[in-house]
Amino acid sequence: MMFSLLIKEGIGVQNWTYILVGVTFAIYIGIAIWSRASSTKEFYVAGGGVSPLANGMATAADWMSAASFISMAGIISFAGYDGAVYLMGWTGGYVLLALLLAPYLRKFGKFTVPDFIGDRYYSKTARFVAVLCALLVSFTYVAGQMRGVGIVFSRFLEVDINTGVIIGMLIVLFYAVLGGMKGITYTQVAQYCVLIFAFMVPAIFISIQMTGNPIPQLGFGDTLSDGSGTYLLDKLDGLSTELGFDKYTEGSKSTIDIFAITLALMVGTAGLPHVIVRFFTVKRVKDARKSAGIALLLIVILYATAPAVAAFARTNLIETVSNQPYRNVPEWFSKWEETKLISFTDKNNDGLIQYVKGDAYLKGEDGKFDFERPNLSTTNELYVDRDIMVLANPEIATLPDWVIALVAAGGLAAALSTAAGLLLVISSSVSHDLIKKIIKPSISEKGELVAARLSAVGAVCVAGYFGINPPGFVAAVVALAFGLAAASFFPAIILGIFYKRMNKEGAIAGMVVGITAMLLYMMKYKLGWFDETLPDKSEWWFGISPEGFGTVAMVLNFVVSVVIMKFTPAPPENVQEIVENIRIPSGAGEATH
Amino acid sequence: MPNKKNASAYWKENIRYLFLLLLIWFLVSFGAGVLFKDALNTIKIGGFKLGFWFAQQGSMYVFVILIFVYVRLMNKLDKKYGYDV
Repeated sequence: MMFSLLIKEGIGVQNWTYILVGVTFAIYIGIAIWSRASSTKEFYVAGGGVSPLANGMATAADWMSAASFISMAGIISFAGYDGAVYLMGWTGGYVLLALLLAPYLRKFGKFTVPDFIGDRYYSKTARFVAVLCALLVSFTYVAGQMRGVGIVFSRFLEVDINTGVIIGMLIVLFYAVLGGMKGITYTQVAQYCVLIFAFMVPAIFISIQMTGNPIPQLGFGDTLSDGSGTYLLDKLDGLSTELGFDKYTEGSKSTIDIFAITLALMVGTAGLPHVIVRFFTVKRVKDARKSAGIALLLIVILYATAPAVAAFARTNLIETVSNQPYRNVPEWFSKWEETKLISFTDKNNDGLIQYVKGDAYLKGEDGKFDFERPNLSTTNELYVDRDIMVLANPEIATLPDWVIALVAAGGLAAALSTAAGLLLVISSSVSHDLIKKIIKPSISEKGELVAARLSAVGAVCVAGYFGINPPGFVAAVVALAFGLAAASFFPAIILGIFYKRMNKEGAIAGMVVGITAMLLYMMKYKLGWFDETLPDKSEWWFGISPEGFGTVAMVLNFVVSVVIMKFTPAPPENVQEIVENIRIPSGAGEATH
Repeated sequence: MPNKKNASAYWKENIRYLFLLLLIWFLVSFGAGVLFKDALNTIKIGGFKLGFWFAQQGSMYVFVILIFVYVRLMNKLDKKYGYDV
């Protein structure tokens, strides 16, 4: 009976999803069992013998989160040109990483970022400040990822978000606790393959449909396949202006804000501990350089496709809904309406969908749209969640069922790989930097490995808790993790390598001032904790948004470090020797305690 | 123990490469993609306005090339100074 139904109806989206997600999960778990860690060195840095290609793939999967996979194209399709801040920001950071950080930190040859800060600045205080910064950055980031895992599970496997978070927790727990960095690295290699395939297939299909060009990166600069000879982007600019939006290729943010946000994201990327630590896992300094290049190449494959998907999806959406009768909407519209990712309110009762600039609904007290209260100050009648652009894209373009299911497996791969990488940083910060280096230096190798596994369990539980009970500010704060990393680590590491005279007083003062400035600005202008209401844009310093403020805080960190350094004694001779030594690539030993 | 003179000559050449590569990094992203975007947008290649293309495509391609150029330059430099072992 079941069998004949399958033949008649085809396998169907839901079954395809179960099959693809099931198969990929089995692969991840198999890899984790095969590559379980037996020493702290394997747990923290995968034994230090990962090949540049494998490390590049793992870095790329680690880097591309649920946000890159699901939300980024959607954000760009609504922001147009302004979306470039994410594209340039999240890729340009790898240039800084490859040229200014990775080779030297690999030569230094320790396990964690606080290790470097602690030794280079010959101070437990410096190490402790660095541990706090690492935990703050990683926790804000991982809470968002667990939520992402939950959302993907709930949308595609039809369980509720909390169940989704718990399933995700168990899977990550299994391979992070068992395999440590070694298990995570090799599962991430598999996850990269899944997520890139899942992103590219629908993009290529849609590019062929809309422009006849199979390469999406070229397709969105091509003419439409409707025979009109109009360029897709010109058409999109025209449609946008007609409906009162900003021109797609122009954007609306000020130049200084675009500049500041892009720089903050670049520097933040280079300063994120879970990215830096990847370069401790390769054998030689030259491998660290090369694998940064491979990682960026693999990331750019997705990042260069995202703006194409964004432009296709935006054009498709406008043409499908604008001024069309509501009763004729396609099936996907009704399906996503149920999940409130798209919502229509017929303000003028003409039965047509008016989609123009403005918020269709008023916001409730929780800052989310209240779908019972239409916003009558605008004629816009349609609310569209940005995530729908990637999630519903295959359906909008009526692609085959297995492609739709593939997007689910890809989204899960993206969210899980990032969450696992972050959890490892948290657990090694606790077991290595806090317990081994500060609280109980006499702990044995075995004891440290147990501590590492226990802190991984603890970290998963905390992350899961925030995934299930997200504090209202998590979503807002995740984007700012980059600002925090830019304001704290980046200057301390750069000065530590390129400025021999930099001492502990300067570095500590710089980190504390930088991260405090970033936190205060964020609380005032992003969360509105200091005023009755959130202060207006016009009050921003130099017109720079909280997302871009990491740039200002970073400059502040550099200035404070250098000024304080001038008035305090030079670092001891042996530290200056460390600096000279990390500048020479040869003789990079294996990572040690 | 590597000899000091050798090491500081190596470091100077390294810094020169970094300066040059980061200048290009800055010009394609913050230059072409942000500061001079409007001027470049008057030039069109296919359906792309040039400033928009640099911001959403070109800068990323150049980033990848930059890292691989850096890898090559440094491998050569390491060899020249005998640091490639």
